[in-house]
Amino acid sequence: MRRLPHVKEYAAIFRMRFINSLQYRAAALAGVATQFAWGFMEILAFSAFYRASPEAFPMEFSQTVSYIWMQQAFLALFMMWFWENDIAAAIAEGSIAYEMVRPVGLYGRWFCQAAANRLARAALRCAPILAVALLALPEPYRMAPPASAGRLLLFLLSALLSLGVVVAFSMLMYISLFYTLSPLGVRLIVATLSDFLAGATVPLPFFPDPLRAAAELLPFAAMQNMPLRIYSGNIAGAGAWEGIALQIFWLAALLLAGRLLMGRALKRVVAQGG
Amino acid sequence: MRWRVSGIGSESWEREGALRMIVLQDICKTFRVAKRQSGLGRAVKAFFSREYELVRALSNVSFAIGDGEMVGYIGPNGAGKSTTIKIMCGILTPDSGACDIDGRTPWRDRLAHVRGIGVVFGQRSQLWWDVPVIDSFELIRDIYRVDEKSFRGALGELTELLDMGELLKTPARSLSLGQRMRCEIAASLLHGPRTLFLDEPTIGLDAVSKIAVRQFIRKLNAERGTTVILTTHDMQDIEALTERILLIGKGRILLDGSLAELKRRCSARKTLVVEYSGSAPEICDGMALSEAKPGRLAVTIDPSELPVSDAIARLAAQTELLDVSVSGATSEEMVASLYREYRI
Repeated sequence: MRRLPHVKEYAAIFRMRFINSLQYRAAALAGVATQFAWGFMEILAFSAFYRASPEAFPMEFSQTVSYIWMQQAFLALFMMWFWENDIAAAIAEGSIAYEMVRPVGLYGRWFCQAAANRLARAALRCAPILAVALLALPEPYRMAPPASAGRLLLFLLSALLSLGVVVAFSMLMYISLFYTLSPLGVRLIVATLSDFLAGATVPLPFFPDPLRAAAELLPFAAMQNMPLRIYSGNIAGAGAWEGIALQIFWLAALLLAGRLLMGRALKRVVAQGG
Repeated sequence: MRWRVSGIGSESWEREGALRMIVLQDICKTFRVAKRQSGLGRAVKAFFSREYELVRALSNVSFAIGDGEMVGYIGPNGAGKSTTIKIMCGILTPDSGACDIDGRTPWRDRLAHVRGIGVVFGQRSQLWWDVPVIDSFELIRDIYRVDEKSFRGALGELTELLDMGELLKTPARSLSLGQRMRCEIAASLLHGPRTLFLDEPTIGLDAVSKIAVRQFIRKLNAERGTTVILTTHDMQDIEALTERILLIGKGRILLDGSLAELKRRCSARKTLVVEYSGSAPEICDGMALSEAKPGRLAVTIDPSELPVSDAIARLAAQTELLDVSVSGATSEEMVASLYREYRI
């Protein structure tokens, strides 16, 4: 099959979803408040442990603080439980019928939609969190600014790849909805497990050794784990580039798998409800 | 156009000079549906092993539609109308059979196929819920790569014809159903499709909106020569819009012919209603009483047994008639009797 790049179409879908998501200001405010509360709780818990024996920890306290604040600021980019309801509804309730009469591939369309939704939400939420965490908080709870311009660029590259991996992985979950219509089960199990393995609850360096070695090769390690550790300085130099290579590998693998599975699912698609 | 009963073949489809826009040949489609009895015990059992039942949605559906034709596709709920539409739109892949629309097989060449068609699903929405309608239209412009000039042209024309001027800046969620449906129809036409599929476009609309939608569709067909396939349960839609109807029941095409012929066939019987002053007239042979009130009498007659003029003369001889009306069966009754006749 001949495939033309649909860049302009995808950009339009991206823009539309972005505009649409920017409208939910109340939700964004509530999100900011939650993220502050959550961030403080986590940092206070960690600081209690650190006070007991700082040398027993694989990350310096300042690194952990940066990790947590950046995670809270960009939560919408990285968290697997963050769900694109429009896609789930399209499959479960049948509005996919309209999406299939458009001259755009469904995979690309949904990918853009999900990525745009995450970016819009992160854009609304990150500024107040970053401002407070960088400027207003007292030491040692204050987040450190990026160590260098190079580090910042590396973080941005890794964050972008991480978003790609997260969306490509969640596409697999959306595709599974063609086979099982209720999203709840898949969402709960997969999202919890993958967020844990991505270092959303506890950063990966805190994992016990055999588990940590295994987890660092999984696609989940290519999610928030990588950009947050690069920013906080836990991974630097050659380690960072290795991490980015891992991210590129998983992104390509997940994209390929997603496209294949989507093609299969569409052959047996049943548009629900008359 | 001749009546055709399914199974004889589609050769009887004839229309001189018109190109075929849509040809379906022996399309079959089966769905697998999970079945279980009611009750908790059964539900638990079904959790471990499901029983499936195969439901035949379409059996050997064949028809052809010419370029610029307007066809009503009717049948009771669950007859297979929407399934046929979805196959023609490239959404569903049939189990077997061939379908050619403007030279393409919809499910094989979906992306190219859908550029040439417009679709309105009356029960769903293609507008983005929380943003103004114009944003959805611009997204459609970009998705179909409609250039700015033709987009402005089409938008201006559609805005005028569908009276949407005020609606474009309103978010879809704030529109009434009638307003939204006008916008939905416009959204399906912005890229200038040659074929338009309308799946229950007037469902839930009030009388004024229905008439507006019908007028617009008629105009579209007459002026642009757009091929229109319309499914509906509203027989007034069919009467107002289509010359030809396809009747589907239990997944088979049962009838293919003109509305006028269908009417002639079904509405041989006439209803005669008279209002009178004075004594109640006696009914005679060939009349069947359907309503008798003081001052008003309704009878049905079969004109082949008793001509209408004779019937009126008989009644007039017995009493003084104030008002007389004669009517054939309505489209609704006609279709209901067709459904009964085919037991669908």
